[in-house]
Amino acid sequence: MFDFIFFVFAFVCVGSALFVAFTPNVVHAALGLASTFATLAGFYILLGADFLAITQIAIYVGGILVLMLFGIMYTHNIARVSGEQVMMQVGPALLVVVLTLFTLVATILSTAWPAKEVGPPQPTADRIGVLLLTDYLLPFEVAGILLLVALVGAVVIAQTPVRKSIEESID
Amino acid sequence: MVGLPHFLIVSAILFSIGVFIMITRRHGIMMLMGLELILNAANLNLIAFSRYVETGIRGQTFAIFVIILAAAEAAIALAIILSIYTHSAKINLDELTSMKE
Repeated sequence: MFDFIFFVFAFVCVGSALFVAFTPNVVHAALGLASTFATLAGFYILLGADFLAITQIAIYVGGILVLMLFGIMYTHNIARVSGEQVMMQVGPALLVVVLTLFTLVATILSTAWPAKEVGPPQPTADRIGVLLLTDYLLPFEVAGILLLVALVGAVVIAQTPVRKSIEESID
Repeated sequence: MVGLPHFLIVSAILFSIGVFIMITRRHGIMMLMGLELILNAANLNLIAFSRYVETGIRGQTFAIFVIILAAAEAAIALAIILSIYTHSAKINLDELTSMKE
């Protein structure tokens, strides 16, 4: 059953990622990305990472993807609503990517991974919480400051032209 | 029997597709999507290793920090893309030839 679910997830995940890579429409690509993120959350559940699966859904599908859709809608020219995009350098890119993938897969298959017997998955949220407030307290605080800086920075960068136009209208 | 190598191979495929998107697309937001795919591939690697090799929870904790960084990076990158678009009405990053107006 585990194997069957894994292969279903793997098929959907890689298929929707390929769809993102080859669809000409940016909005369709964003929706394909939602499917990829959701199946990745399924992988996390298969790997016993329940807290991270919820985090994946909440942050990637609920946050980053919505942000991207807003970005697409804000930057869409009314004149070309379809948002068709050309692909460049497909040949060289395929060469590089296939070589990289071949190297990675050959390395993965030729390495003797430790065959450890894994037990049934345990709940992880409490243990992650304890780790974040003991061993990883400093990175946790730094991440909080980073998020604050990113939030303020994003607002400042994105609002400049609006402020200019308001000042002009006041003048 | 599905084990560690299967997850690693899925992760490698996702990484390659992300690189492919970043090379072939010139749309700013599409390049951002390729970047997110690459970061997600790294996360899948971290969590698979924390399940099958380390059998602890530190890999998952590290993956949380990767997700935090991805969120911050997406917010900043989209703000920059929006700012570029309102200044010069360009979304294809190849067409940007100057740093000032």
